Amino acid sequence: MLSVSGLTKTFDQQPVFSGFTLTVTRNRFAVLIGPSGCGKSTFFDVLTGVTPADEGLISWQGSDVDHLGDLAAYMHQKDLLLPWFSLLENSLLPARTGGEDLKQARQRAIQLFSRLGLDGYEKHLPHQVSGGMRQRCALVRTLMFNRDLVLLDEPLSALDAITRKSLQSLLLLLQSEFNRTLLMITHDVDEALLLADDLYLLSVKPMRVVEKIELYDDKPRRFDNPELLAIKKTIMQKLEGDIDHVS
Amino acid sequence: MSRSNLLAFGILVLVLGLWEATCRIFAIPIFILPPPLIIAQTAVLKAPLILPHALTTGMEIVCGIGLALAVAIPLAMGMFAWPWLEKALSPFLVVSQAIPVFALAPLLVVWLGYGMAGKILMAAIIIFFPVTVSLLEGFKSCDREFRVLFRLMGAGFWQTMRLLYWPWALPHFFAGLRVGVTVATIGAVIGEWVGAQKGLGYLMIQANARLKVDLVFAAILWLSLMGLLLWFGVGWLEKKSIHWKENQQIL
Ligand SMILES: Nc1ncnc2c1ncn2[C@@H]1O[C@H](COP(=O)(O)OP(=O)(O)O)[C@@H](O)[C@H]1O
Ligand SMILES: [Mg+2]
Repeated sequence: MLSVSGLTKTFDQQPVFSGFTLTVTRNRFAVLIGPSGCGKSTFFDVLTGVTPADEGLISWQGSDVDHLGDLAAYMHQKDLLLPWFSLLENSLLPARTGGEDLKQARQRAIQLFSRLGLDGYEKHLPHQVSGGMRQRCALVRTLMFNRDLVLLDEPLSALDAITRKSLQSLLLLLQSEFNRTLLMITHDVDEALLLADDLYLLSVKPMRVVEKIELYDDKPRRFDNPELLAIKKTIMQKLEGDIDHVS
Repeated sequence: MSRSNLLAFGILVLVLGLWEATCRIFAIPIFILPPPLIIAQTAVLKAPLILPHALTTGMEIVCGIGLALAVAIPLAMGMFAWPWLEKALSPFLVVSQAIPVFALAPLLVVWLGYGMAGKILMAAIIIFFPVTVSLLEGFKSCDREFRVLFRLMGAGFWQTMRLLYWPWALPHFFAGLRVGVTVATIGAVIGEWVGAQKGLGYLMIQANARLKVDLVFAAILWLSLMGLLLWFGVGWLEKKSIHWKENQQIL
């Protein structure tokens, strides 16, 4: 279980968030959704130790940690594949830097390539494949971290709608098949509704949780479900209310 | 041949043709300005004389490159790894650029004598600066998100250097090296002018004193060809080491 309490971060005397508190239960898919510039990426920076928090506690599995830099895997909107390495070599980077046995890691990576629909693309360079393929490879790399917690910062927002759909089902695999605990940022309400177990609506800066919505369990979800549509309607109203509040 | 290549070739032929014609029409003596054909002839026929000198100059430049890289690469890495080191050294780097290196040539003869050492040092000093600065810039230009990724993967500095920063900075490195080797050729020759026992610069001074102007030009021709060779050599090395970019252009 990931738990964050009283987290505060200030840039130039302006609090990005102050006393931010959030709990993500193990093997759940938590999604943060909020207006852009509200501090979501800064929150992840604090979580991963890229920038220190001013105050607050982070704990993972019941014990306090400074940050999650060596406990969480991370996936970004950009695929962050190194152009000089093949897709397979890229996916093996966490194994290399982690000093794992490369032979075993390679076997595992090749299996993941085929599981995520990248069969036969192991030797391709990143620029030789589509954006969707690259993001799949980034997903393989994320899994190769071997870390229970996965942080996703708008991982699919650079992709076109159709590619995004197929990648969304792969994100669900992270939870159902690979037992990861997921914390994802998105600004796509539909995506959030399809993937989340726990959906957190965030306010504008200074960021705080406006509302936590627990969604029903069965996934994959479809938008012809009236329950989901009803939830979507509430969320849209809340988000719009927030926008009115700003202007 | 592309249009621009054709034009370049045309201009070359035109200039050489005009030169040749001027020399013949006005019957300019060879010891004032020899025509291109004579120069080419001298460059070929006197090859046994010129070659050892060319080898010396080439050796000086290559050793100069080696020496410069041996200092520049660790220094750029160090300044990148420790920002305080960069802060401390960058004023010196800037000031060192204000010194006209060519003006050091006579001093280098006093300190290091008439041999190759002074010329090697001269070439090295010239190459050192652009390589160090551009390599450091290259390291620094690495995107923040990639650094964060490597941090999260738990990669140490040297591992990140090898897997990320170094390949990232390669295009910058080669841009600096290209600038460096071109100027280094001039540096080595000036070093030889001031005081040497061998080398194309030495040959030029000797030939000039004896009014063998065709030999002076022949030496310049050899020097130019060596410069071109270096330029393309660096370009070839660049293509080889940045293979992923080359592929990108093909696609
Ligand atoms: N290094 C920084 N220095 C000053 N302000 C920053 C810095 N990084 C982010 N901010 C500010 O913090 C706020 C939140 O940014 P960010 O976390 O990127 O938002 P988002 O929710 O869109 O990911 C923004 O208003 C931004 O201007
Ligand atoms: Mg963001």
